[in-house]
Amino acid sequence: MQYVFALAGNQNSGKTTLFNRLTGSNQHVGNWPGVTVEQKTGTLLHHHHGKSAHVGPPMLRRNREAEENNDVQLVDLPGIYSLSPYTMEEVVSRDFITLQKPNAVINIVDATNLERNLYLTLQLAELETPLVVALNMMDEVNKQGDAIDVNSLSEALGVPVVPICARNGDGLDELVRQSMMAAEKHILPGKLDICSGDTHEALHAIIHLIEDKARAKGLSPRYAGTKLLEGDEKIERLLELDEGTLHIIGEIIARLEKQAGMERAAIMADARYTFLDGVIKKCVVKAQNAPESPSARIDRVLMHRALAFPIFLLMMLLVFFITFGPFGTWIADGFAALIKQGISLIDRGLTAANTAPWVQALLVDGVLAGVGAVLEFLPTIVLLFLLLSILEDSGYMARAAFLMDKPMRKLGLNGRSFIPMIMGFGCTVPAVMGARSMQSQRDRRFTIMLTPFMSCGAKVPIYALFTRAFFPEQGVLVMCCLYLGGMLMAVISASVLKKTVFHGDAAPFIMELPAYRLPTLANVGRQLWDKAKDFLQRAFTIILAATVVVWFLQTYTFRLTLADTMEESMLGVIGGFIAPVFRPLGFGSVSAATAVITGVIAKESVVSTLAVLSGTEVGSSQMMAALHGIFPSNLAAASFLTFVLLYMPCVAAFAAMRREMQGRGIALASVCCQTALAWLTALLVYQIGGLFVF
Amino acid sequence: MAKTLADLMPGEGGTVAYVGGEGALHRHILDMGLTPRTRVKVGKLAPMGDPMEILLRGYSLTLRKADAAEIILEEE
Repeated sequence: MQYVFALAGNQNSGKTTLFNRLTGSNQHVGNWPGVTVEQKTGTLLHHHHGKSAHVGPPMLRRNREAEENNDVQLVDLPGIYSLSPYTMEEVVSRDFITLQKPNAVINIVDATNLERNLYLTLQLAELETPLVVALNMMDEVNKQGDAIDVNSLSEALGVPVVPICARNGDGLDELVRQSMMAAEKHILPGKLDICSGDTHEALHAIIHLIEDKARAKGLSPRYAGTKLLEGDEKIERLLELDEGTLHIIGEIIARLEKQAGMERAAIMADARYTFLDGVIKKCVVKAQNAPESPSARIDRVLMHRALAFPIFLLMMLLVFFITFGPFGTWIADGFAALIKQGISLIDRGLTAANTAPWVQALLVDGVLAGVGAVLEFLPTIVLLFLLLSILEDSGYMARAAFLMDKPMRKLGLNGRSFIPMIMGFGCTVPAVMGARSMQSQRDRRFTIMLTPFMSCGAKVPIYALFTRAFFPEQGVLVMCCLYLGGMLMAVISASVLKKTVFHGDAAPFIMELPAYRLPTLANVGRQLWDKAKDFLQRAFTIILAATVVVWFLQTYTFRLTLADTMEESMLGVIGGFIAPVFRPLGFGSVSAATAVITGVIAKESVVSTLAVLSGTEVGSSQMMAALHGIFPSNLAAASFLTFVLLYMPCVAAFAAMRREMQGRGIALASVCCQTALAWLTALLVYQIGGLFVF
Repeated sequence: MAKTLADLMPGEGGTVAYVGGEGALHRHILDMGLTPRTRVKVGKLAPMGDPMEILLRGYSLTLRKADAAEIILEEE
C-alpha cells in the first residue's frame, strides 16, 4: 500500500533540513493547486545509517543511500504557526490534512521554543489523523542545560514524541519507525481536554450540536467545533448549518464571551497557551541562571542602534565584492577559459569527423557559442546565491527585514520586500518567487513589480562588455551608476505606484526573529544545487532554443535561402523594422535592435547576439571594434546600457511574475510600463547627455 | 488612557490585558502567543525606532509600533 505522510511545522523549526534528510535527492517541486504556495514532495528514505550517511551535495549522496522506501511519499506543508483561515499557507495545510487525509502527519517542533511550536501541535492533534511529534534541536536544549522529559511530554500531548536532531540525523530512524507504526495501525492522537470550566462546556455543547454534520463532511467534530468557537467562517460555510443551529451556537458563544471577558478567538488561543504552560511546567526543567543567549549577544552588535545600518551596508558590499570583485572574476575567467577549450575541442572533433559544414556552423557558431556565453556566467550566479543563502540560513536576513521595515514602509512596502529585492540582483526569477513570503497580495504584487529594477546578474556580461569597449577606465563608476540607477528608478516607481495602483498600507510586520544558527553545508548545498540546476535547465532549453532561432533567423532569408549579408536575413529585416524606434535613443542600428529583441528571451543573449551579428568572437578585439561601429558614440552606448538596465525582464522572469502576481494582465502591464520607462530614461540620457558631450 | 505595548521602552516589561485589532491581524497576534495574561518584554527597537522586538514565551517577535498600540497592558 502506498502511504502519504505530511510534514508540518513552524517556520525556522528546521523543517527544510528534516525534509531534505528524510527524502534525500528525490524531490519534486510544484505548486499547491490554485495558489502560489510551493509544494515539495519526496520519497521517504529508509534510515538505517543514522549519523554518517548524509553529508555533501545531493549528487554525491545518491549512491551511498540508494535504498528508498517507495511506499511512502512525504509532502512538505508550508511553514505555519496555526491553522487559522487567514493565510494561504495555513488554509493549504489544513485542507491537505482534512481533505487528502495523509496516513500520518509528522510535526516538527523546535525544542528550544516549545510553547509557541506546540500551539500548532494542539491544533494538528484535533484533526483525527495519526500524528507524530519530532522534537528537533535537542542538542541545543542540552547545551543550554535545560532538560525535557520526553515521555511525560508524549503523555501530556497524547501523541508519540521522538527527540531528533535534523542537522546531524540523530533520531531519524526512530522517527520514521514511529511514523510508519502510527500510519499502519492508524493510531490517532489521544483526546485532550485543553479547555476548562465555561469554555469546556461551551465547546462540548457546540461539538454535540454539529457532530453529525461534521462527520458527514469528513471533518473531526472536535476540530470543526473548535473552529466554530473561534469564528472560522470557512468551516461555518462548509458545514452548511441551518439557521436554528447557527443561532444556538451564536448564543453559546455570546454567553461564553461574557463569562470569560474576552472575545472568541482570544478565548481559544488563551486556552491553548494556558494548557501548554501547564505541560511545560511539568515536562521541562530550565537551567538555573541561564546565560544570555548567543543570539542576544550577537544582536547587541549587529542590531546596535548606530552600527546596524553600516554593518548591513558592509555585508551587502562584501557580498558584491566577493561575487563581482577580483575573486569572482578569477573564478568566472577560469571557467570561461575551460568552456572555450571545450568548444574548440568539439570544433576540431567535428572537422576530423568530416561533418557537413552547415551542421558544424550551426553547432559551433550557433549552439555552442551561445550556450557557452551563458555558461560562463554560472560561477557568478552560484557564488551570489551561496552568499545570500548563507545570510538567509544564518538568520541575518530576518534581521535585515527588521532593519529595513521602516524605510521600506515609506515606499509603501514592508521589511520583507527587501529580501526579494536583494535577490533580484542575482536573478529576477527566484526573487519574484521569494516574494511569496509576503501574505498580502498587494505587498506581493508591489514588490514583484519593483524587483526587475534590481539589475539582475544576467546583465553583468553586457555591462562588462560595454565598459571594456567604451569605458575601460571608468568601470567601477559605470557599474555603480547602473546599479544605483536601477534602485533609484525602483524608488521613483514605488512612490508613483503607492499613490496610484497600490493605495493603503503595507501588511502588518509580525515576524519571528529566529535565533542565529550556523548554516549547514547540506542545506546551502541543496539550495545551490537547485539554483544551478534551474539555471542550467534554462540555459539548455529557453536560451539554447533562442540561440538556435537567432542563428537561423540571421543565416537565412525569408525565402529560406542563405543570406549573403545580415540585412538580407530574416533577423535583419525584423531588426530593421524595429530599429527606428531606438533612433532617438542613439542606437538605431539593426544589430542593436536585434540584440534588444533577443534580450527579451534572455539577457545573456544580448552579448551573444551582438557577437554573432558582428561575426566576431565574444570578448575579442574585433568585437570591441565592431561595437564601436554599432554604437557610434560613448553616449549611445550609455543610452543602450540604460535601456537594457530598465526594459522588460526576460521571458522566464515574466512567466514567474505572471504566476506569482496571479494575473496575466497585471504582469503584462508592469513589463510594458518598464519598457516604456526604459525608453524614456534612455532618451533623456541621450538627449540631455548630448548637451554636455559632443 | 490605557498603557499599550507601544509605550514600553527597551528593557521594560508588562502583562497583556487585551488584544485589539481585527480579523487576520488580531488572530495572528493571538496565535503568536500574545494572549491575555502573557508576560512580555521589549527587546530592542530597529535603528529607526520602529519596528520593535518583543520577547515573550522564550522567543522574539517583531511588531510595528502601530500594531503594538493595539495591545493593551494591565495596570501595574
